[in-house]
Amino acid sequence: MAIYSPGLSVLSQNAALPPDWPGGYWLHWLVFVVIIMTFVLASIMGFIYFERRGIGRFQVRLGPNRTGPFGILQPVADAIKVLLKEDIVPAKGDRIVHWLAPVVAFVPVLLIFAVVPFGGGAILADLNIGILYVVAVSSVTVIGVFMAGWASNNKYSLLGAMRDVAQVVSYEIPLLLSIVGVVLLTGSLSMIKIVAAQDLPFILLQPLGFLIFFMAALAEINRTPFDLLEAESEIVAGFHTEYSGMKFAMFYLVEYAEVLAISAIITTLFLGGWRGPLLPPFVWFLIKVFGVFFFIFWIRSTIPRLRIDQVMAFAWKALLPLALLNLVITGIEIVALPAISPWVIILINLGVLAVLVVVWSRFFKLGGGRVAV
Amino acid sequence: MAVKTELKLKTEPFVLNIGPVHPSTHGVFRMRVTLDGEVLIDLEPVFGYLHRGIEKLAEGRTYTQVIPLTDRLDYLASMSNNLAYVMAVEKLAGITVPERAEYLRVIMAELQRIASHLIAVGAFLNDCGAFMTPILYMIREREKILDLLEMVSGQRLTYNYMRVGGVSQDIPGEFLPALRKFVQRMPSYIDEYDQLLAENEILLARSKGVGILPKDMAINASASGPVLRASGVKWDIRKADPYSVYDRFQFDIPTGSVGDCYDRYRVRVQEMRQSVRIIKQVMEGLPEGEVKAEVAHFLRLPVGETYAHIESPRGELGFYLVSDNSIAPYRLHIRAPSLINLTALRDMTLGWKVADVIIIFGSIDINMGEVDR
Repeated sequence: MAIYSPGLSVLSQNAALPPDWPGGYWLHWLVFVVIIMTFVLASIMGFIYFERRGIGRFQVRLGPNRTGPFGILQPVADAIKVLLKEDIVPAKGDRIVHWLAPVVAFVPVLLIFAVVPFGGGAILADLNIGILYVVAVSSVTVIGVFMAGWASNNKYSLLGAMRDVAQVVSYEIPLLLSIVGVVLLTGSLSMIKIVAAQDLPFILLQPLGFLIFFMAALAEINRTPFDLLEAESEIVAGFHTEYSGMKFAMFYLVEYAEVLAISAIITTLFLGGWRGPLLPPFVWFLIKVFGVFFFIFWIRSTIPRLRIDQVMAFAWKALLPLALLNLVITGIEIVALPAISPWVIILINLGVLAVLVVVWSRFFKLGGGRVAV
Repeated sequence: MAVKTELKLKTEPFVLNIGPVHPSTHGVFRMRVTLDGEVLIDLEPVFGYLHRGIEKLAEGRTYTQVIPLTDRLDYLASMSNNLAYVMAVEKLAGITVPERAEYLRVIMAELQRIASHLIAVGAFLNDCGAFMTPILYMIREREKILDLLEMVSGQRLTYNYMRVGGVSQDIPGEFLPALRKFVQRMPSYIDEYDQLLAENEILLARSKGVGILPKDMAINASASGPVLRASGVKWDIRKADPYSVYDRFQFDIPTGSVGDCYDRYRVRVQEMRQSVRIIKQVMEGLPEGEVKAEVAHFLRLPVGETYAHIESPRGELGFYLVSDNSIAPYRLHIRAPSLINLTALRDMTLGWKVADVIIIFGSIDINMGEVDR
């Protein structure tokens, strides 16, 4: 990868970041920030196009194909359209909060990309608490969503926002616990070291952890089947019902930036990051990110949505115990079988995954039902 | 009234207007719901937004001119409306319909039933949150049915095909081969719909046991059609009071056992299979001959009243006709199954959550053109 990485070089020279970081690397740092912003926005455009065309195919139709060759300029056309739209604030809404909400939601998602390793050394800041930082920062987005729901003075928005808060807070726990399994294997929270530790992708060593992380991540980014906060058939558009113009575009960007971030993190944590044979690291990274994203919108176009109480039950009764079990099993393996071949561990873990999934699918019921009124 | 909470938080129910403009109200229906959090504690259906006074308009038109008005009732099943109306007129006038016309009517009514159920099932799955995919698969086949109906009537939505004493014109030469092709393929398409979602765990969790309409309540509410049959009542006017030539064909009446949303969905899918079965038999026995009896242009019916009913895709569609020997009906009343099936909506939805209310409402499969008339 040609991008010069101040982060890595600082790290390789000094074990810990100097207090005046980025020190003499301000210019590099700035350039890299611009590159990352461009990458994020360009990828979101690519994602939107990819998803619309892909879902079109899933739904026995063509998808956008009129704007530019193969409809590739459709996201651009949409962006221009949405920028020119009138900006409407509800009459009795809270103007300031309404204005602030998209920003509060968008900035944390962008911050995540600071610690995503795009290639061998292409990382803005190799924090030694990398993955913890990701989890901490990403959960700020929900505040923006709740602000939007509150400030809109709309009951649909409020319902959507309340659902989002309950859901995201619940799913953060299994999400974190499944990350701990990876951290145990690596012995570090640093994203660079997590990638470096994956001679075998952690999806093999941590199949259950991957499954939990993936499902919890879907809930975190509000994708089907957990897209309750903007459940179109129920609460119109959820928290962004009252948004239009650029502010709506910001929420739209948040949605896709979150998917991009989660795809990048899944790639980094479980799929070996940028590592891969033959092709350059950055290409590998992109292939994996788009692969994960393909899987996410495949799910979106396939299965129905859960109900809010079922979503919560799934987090607390299925994912949380499974994540704890995964943690215990991983810990035992690391302590008791330190020198064993990883392939044995993979076999054990796949067996454990199969048994647990069968047991849970047999005995776990989503439940929920009629409330006596 | 409020659901008890352990915490001493002050909560109060709030009123939410779902509709008249809402993605899931299937037209301009409005539900004024009182919610306690997500739980519905009261529901008041409000309709009349699409009232066009069709019953009154009919009083100022000749018997033939009323037929296009009936197209506008249940616009997803125009053929069924045509059929029920002309049957009422023929019954009062004592007109015998030629054999071939009766067979053609059955073909059209059953094609219409398939087309209507495709939209019903697709919209129901859409309400469950399966993002547009199932309904687009079903619209693909509905288009083929619309092509067929366009061949015979020249229209794709409001056919105006039936006439007093027969049908407006004989089928064109290319109709039967096209119909044969369609009938051959349709069963495998229905299998495809089942493969999409029928056994999906999330769909089962969302719709099994949800919105139960008990047998006795269904009968008391005078429900009909798939809604009644899903509750386990084997009542189908094609069998109970055979009209046209339905008594000559073999078919089963699919029934549900519990009366929940899932049963209503399954009953509709099964009915599509039965309709295909009927069409196959009709094609085999289609006689040659006239398609329209000799009927006076300005038809004067004898003084009297009559009621003719058919099994439309949504239930018992009846036309109550009073004649004073003029060229126009003295009074025309329409028993609209959509409206009457809505009677039990409140009892079915009380205590369920917002998301359930939407799918319960969707599973009744109403059509606003018919509810408001």
